[in-house]
Amino acid sequence: MDITVAGLGLAVHERLELHKNRITPLSGKDGGKRISVVTGIHGDELEGQYAAWLLNRRLMEHPEYLHATVDIYPAVNPLGINTIQRSIPLFDVDLNRIFPGENGGPAAEYFANEIINDVKGSDIAVDIHASNIFLREMPQVRISEETADALVPLARLLNVDFVWIYPAATVLQSTFACSMNSIGTRCLVVEMGVGMRLTPAYGEQLTEGILNLMRSEGMWDGKTHCTHTPLISRDEVAFVNAGAAGIFMAQAQHGSSVKKGQLLGIIADPLTGNINERVTAPADGLLFTLREYPVVYPGSLLARIVTGGSRE
Amino acid sequence: MKREILYTMKMPYRQDFLLEGFRFGEGEKSCAVVGGIRGDEVQQMYTCARLVKVLAEIEQRGNLLPGHEILVIPCANRFSMNVGKRFWPMDGSDINRMFPGYDLGETTQRIAAGLFEAVKDYRCGIHMASFYLPGKFVPHARIVNTGYQSPALGSMFGLPYIVTREPKPIDTTTLNYNWQIWDSAAFNIYTQETSRLDDDSAANAVDAVLRYLSRVGAVKYTCYSGYLSTVISESELINVLTPAGGIFKALKAPGEEVRRGEVIGQIIDPFTAEITHEITAAAKSMVFFAMEKPLVLEHEIAFKLVCRKNG
Repeated sequence: MDITVAGLGLAVHERLELHKNRITPLSGKDGGKRISVVTGIHGDELEGQYAAWLLNRRLMEHPEYLHATVDIYPAVNPLGINTIQRSIPLFDVDLNRIFPGENGGPAAEYFANEIINDVKGSDIAVDIHASNIFLREMPQVRISEETADALVPLARLLNVDFVWIYPAATVLQSTFACSMNSIGTRCLVVEMGVGMRLTPAYGEQLTEGILNLMRSEGMWDGKTHCTHTPLISRDEVAFVNAGAAGIFMAQAQHGSSVKKGQLLGIIADPLTGNINERVTAPADGLLFTLREYPVVYPGSLLARIVTGGSRE
Repeated sequence: MKREILYTMKMPYRQDFLLEGFRFGEGEKSCAVVGGIRGDEVQQMYTCARLVKVLAEIEQRGNLLPGHEILVIPCANRFSMNVGKRFWPMDGSDINRMFPGYDLGETTQRIAAGLFEAVKDYRCGIHMASFYLPGKFVPHARIVNTGYQSPALGSMFGLPYIVTREPKPIDTTTLNYNWQIWDSAAFNIYTQETSRLDDDSAANAVDAVLRYLSRVGAVKYTCYSGYLSTVISESELINVLTPAGGIFKALKAPGEEVRRGEVIGQIIDPFTAEITHEITAAAKSMVFFAMEKPLVLEHEIAFKLVCRKNG
């Protein structure tokens, strides 16, 4: 059922509307739980579109397995998706930095608060992000240290490659996930793929994971086909930033294991034919982030390597 | 006056990115002033440029007082200015959300680190800031309450108001917030425009800075003494939101007194020119901010009012 969750009048006889699809169990099969799958907070991150579409289809194909209410919000920042912008157009505001918003507040804060109020009460929320256009990410769940005990057991079920437990940062307190966790809805943040593109294999992998998570919570009793056991790492991550400006040409395979000193790529100067920098791995590990967009400045993130962790 | 390059970064297919500053006097680091950090903050850059000009004249007349050093950085982001982008052109990141910066981090973290290294350790830090909504304010200085704030020092600007604000998580990465954490008294001064020039408000902001510098004994400068500032908390400002989308007309300007129930703005149907909604003042108050743009959404901040408590 298509439900309009929130709306605001635009200037010239249109409305900004947030829609969700609510899928409810067949009569007599409702266990009383609810899961919300949220994506499109950043308008240039589209990987969640494929997962939302696929999840809808899986649930429609087998309504007999469903024992919970599923709310799918495919476009939390609809204007951003419409205009290929990360932020909310008109305000230049990153929606994921203003949660929980404010009831009766200015437009962006009001909209953010309406979203929170609608998802509130779900037993679990999954917030799907892609990377930006610059980086490609392996499917991963990111969890703030303070919520790790509650969320890591759920993240293990999501069929991702990697779970990154990172130290708390004040600025991240205003994200959707942090706001949901602070009001008692367990919220998992998934990052995968690259901005402005779809990677169907990742969408399929995550959809299996969401169904697997639902199965574990008694929300779904169909079969699932999970293929990944995530590496759980407490911030054992090495960052590789560009030291020079130029055109980055990757030499290592995204998602591969790399050795310290291995060539990850070069930063080339097409004007002269020179190589401005040979970029090497600072440590052994899994190359879970790799630069996708070639133009780089000093400081541009080129790669991230998870250097430790456990699959136990 | 010494014109110095404070930070450089290599750029592909363009000249090096430079951060330039103008240093006046020698001695205690008394005051650092930063203008445009975003690419549309032309008025903020221009205000600092006028400050550089006046300080150079003051120096020429021998009226820089010994023992004080003043640093002015008119523009911290010439790349964005030159290509007409508000944020960093490559990735859309905002340098004023990257402080204190990280010299081994991402590009804008490095620039923020370079800028912060140049401006930290000053007794007072002033950022000529812009507001994210288009509109006009009553002249004021703004302070983030970090526990280290100093409204008393702020009163030396002689501006009509000082607005204090409780920080939100997003504020913790601004220049103003980090200045205070690093022990500087930090102020944002808001002039009336951002991407357009306003000579009067630029002159007022320059006067406010010079009044401060004169009162702390850094320069000898004669100007009128300004206002005895009223300190208010941002939470005391009443936000008046647009009740619908449409064409917006403000009927009152910043500084005007309004009665309770008085019509202060209108929403007009963009196709029929009929007035669809009237915006009224909820209390006897003074207009502190009035939005200036023709097309509005529902729930935008049309006005901020300072309530007159006796009303």
